[in-house]
Amino acid sequence: MGLELYNAMILSLLVVVAALSLAIRDLVVSAMVFGVYSFLMCLLWAEMGAVDVAFTEATVGAGVSTVVLIATIFNLKRKAKD
Amino acid sequence: MKRTALIVVLLIGLLLAWAARDFPSWGDPDAPASSSPVSSHFIASTGVDTEVPNMVTAVLADYRGFDTMFETVVVFIAGLAVVSILRGGPRRRTRDREFVVDFEPDLIVTNTVRLIVPVIQIFALYVLAHGHVSPGGGFQGGVAMGASFILIALAWDLKTALARFSIDRCFLVAGLGILIYAGIGLFSMILGGEFLDYAHLAKILPVSPEMARYHAMLGVEIGVGFTVTAIMFALYASLSTDGRMRDGL
Repeated sequence: MGLELYNAMILSLLVVVAALSLAIRDLVVSAMVFGVYSFLMCLLWAEMGAVDVAFTEATVGAGVSTVVLIATIFNLKRKAKD
Repeated sequence: MKRTALIVVLLIGLLLAWAARDFPSWGDPDAPASSSPVSSHFIASTGVDTEVPNMVTAVLADYRGFDTMFETVVVFIAGLAVVSILRGGPRRRTRDREFVVDFEPDLIVTNTVRLIVPVIQIFALYVLAHGHVSPGGGFQGGVAMGASFILIALAWDLKTALARFSIDRCFLVAGLGILIYAGIGLFSMILGGEFLDYAHLAKILPVSPEMARYHAMLGVEIGVGFTVTAIMFALYASLSTDGRMRDGL
């Protein structure tokens, strides 16, 4: 029961965060929200027992790819036009 | 246009959600992934063949070593492509920047980073070296190691980080990583086995064939770690400066 509640919470948060990261006009905030998405995925992997995948998701997804996205936005306009 | 895209996305999402009903439930023993003879073979023989407790590492670095080697090559080529495309591109985008790089590093930030970088690097080495026993391995350790260099670039400036780890050195280290991986594979071929058949390394190492596979896995993980560390930093350096390698974030 507790595990199902945890899963349901993470999965519904994932949907919210995924929609948010597309809806937000400020690209830096969008990148940060995308990092949150990766971290939630990491929690989900860890909960399923795929700890190696969770570790990769935490380092690559939540860590370096957020930094790389922000480094790229640094050279662009921060606000999305459309 | 946007509305059409939204409708298409929603339709495909519904289709995927509908298709997901056919998935076996989580942890189902009758699921194809659990009942396949390949899975039971790996579960039964990993410990016997290689003495590696972490099955994931054994499958990645040994049974599917060829796959992982070319994954490393993919990382290398991706980094090479990003750096060379950005370096050759037109010089125009600087004026679009909304932020000015503050060249005075912050005292608190730099001192915190000074404290934390050695810890991150030790942890990265631990993750790399302990990948057989606990979760981790070359990719994760390499990314953590690369992140420590990115942190140096963020706290001071890119010039400080590039003075320690220049782009040329990045690609030297990245290529060296692949050479280590392929070299171990080639070495086991010279000793009479197939490419990446580590058990034959036991002929020159003072260990059993099982332990030879164990140690060779550490060797290839170190190769992967080299490549990933270097490419992660090269990617950051290139993307944050638009390929010019100066005035970066």
